[in-house]
Amino acid sequence: MVKLRKQSSRQSSAMISFQNVSKKFGSAFALEDINLEIKQGEFVFIVGPSGAGKSTLLRILTREILPSEGKVVIGHEDITKIKDSSIPHFRRQVGVVFQDFKLLDDRTVFENVALTLEVQGKSDGETAKMVEHTLKLVEIWDKRNLFPRQLSGGEQQRTAIARAIVGKPDIVLADEPTGDLDPKTAWGVIQLLNEINSWGTTVLMATHNQEIVNTLKRRVIKLKSGKIASDNKEGKYE
Amino acid sequence: MSRTLEFMKRNIRRTPFQAIAASMVMFLTFLALQTFLILAAGSQITLRYFESKPQVIAFFKEGTTDADITTLENALQQETRVTKTKFISKNDALQVYRDRNKNDPALLELVTANILPASLEISTQTPEDLQPIAEILKKEPVVSDVIVPEDVVQTLTSATRIIRIVGGSTVVFLLIFATLVIMMIIGFKIRIKRTEIEIMRLLGASPSFIRNPFILEGMFYGITGAVLAWILSYALLWYFAPFLQGYLGEVNLLPASPLFMLALLGGNLTLALLVGGIGSFVAVRRYLRI
Repeated sequence: MVKLRKQSSRQSSAMISFQNVSKKFGSAFALEDINLEIKQGEFVFIVGPSGAGKSTLLRILTREILPSEGKVVIGHEDITKIKDSSIPHFRRQVGVVFQDFKLLDDRTVFENVALTLEVQGKSDGETAKMVEHTLKLVEIWDKRNLFPRQLSGGEQQRTAIARAIVGKPDIVLADEPTGDLDPKTAWGVIQLLNEINSWGTTVLMATHNQEIVNTLKRRVIKLKSGKIASDNKEGKYE
Repeated sequence: MSRTLEFMKRNIRRTPFQAIAASMVMFLTFLALQTFLILAAGSQITLRYFESKPQVIAFFKEGTTDADITTLENALQQETRVTKTKFISKNDALQVYRDRNKNDPALLELVTANILPASLEISTQTPEDLQPIAEILKKEPVVSDVIVPEDVVQTLTSATRIIRIVGGSTVVFLLIFATLVIMMIIGFKIRIKRTEIEIMRLLGASPSFIRNPFILEGMFYGITGAVLAWILSYALLWYFAPFLQGYLGEVNLLPASPLFMLALLGGNLTLALLVGGIGSFVAVRRYLRI
């Protein structure tokens, strides 16, 4: 089992480290020779045009896919080497937010968020407490008994974020979480991610949204054709 | 385990028509299985009854002495093919007649011991021994008539064989069919739940957490079908017992023994768990890539 929280408690050490990582699909490079380090508690934007490799990078971090070459170290563990049986335990420490929310239509807001804790084997009592706390945090507690189709886009994304953070992960990966939202709602989601980051959670967000990136003034890693084109602290997306 | 059951219940509740279809297929399979098992067991008991009963009956002429009868009985007991002999006197025959016709006083009034012949009932090792023994008896001067119920045994033997072959083949076919149906339904459910499965994987669900509800679901369909089929067949057997027993006469088959029915339920549940479990396990292996 990968123990991220304990190992990454030192502020100076890298929480996430990509070392000469390449990913090929067939003969085409989706990522090529990526080297980067992300510290615990950082908020990092991954930007770049469609096909630049943003989603591939995030999918490697969730161990959905393996890189063709290189090492990806989270905490002190090379996640390309972890056994299949340890992947579920590893994933419980990485929260994921998707552009299309990926909520289960036949479950209420409460049930969608509770799913994270159910798969972790938490008791019903503990699950109920943690879900209530998280739904109040993202301000959708009053919608807990509604189904996703009864929610607005912003509320759906808040539910998805609640599901990602209810298990108190060390890292939150957000793959274009504002892509399907209007600007005002998108800002609400960004403020929520910013707040989550303020508790010490590392946040990696892939986005196309220039306004958000430029307003927040956080670290920006720009990908272009699978390579890192730039990596700037308090960067801009131009 | 409780969470696995909860997920299984949710799977069933959210697709009720598939659940009903799967349970119905299992119900029909197990109803057929039980029908054939009950028929096979019934015919076997009937066959045993006829095999164990005195199969050759020799009726004595009027005036046959006890000494003649004893001589014949002793001679028959020397035969290895004969397992038992039983002498039925005229009075014994009258008693049997009275017992059989106790509800019909008119028939009882007309018959006396004198008009009923004394007889000797002879049991043999196998049905094949009946005819040779009958031939020996026919040559005896004190014997007036010999009845060989060999045809009944032969008919029952072939009926039992046919029930076993046809029933066995049908049940094997239905079990394979039911396994395939479970496989198809669970496979279909896995496909329509692929988004949910994908999300669960990303949230850190272990493979067994995802797989087990599907396997339990297959077992649930099997058990539901088997229990329903058992209840129906027991109820039908109980309801029609007086009517059927009238046809069976002396063969004491009904009402069915509760122990036999419990053993049938136990066997059915084991098979149901196997069919449901194997069907869903194969579906999970084939369609669930975790």
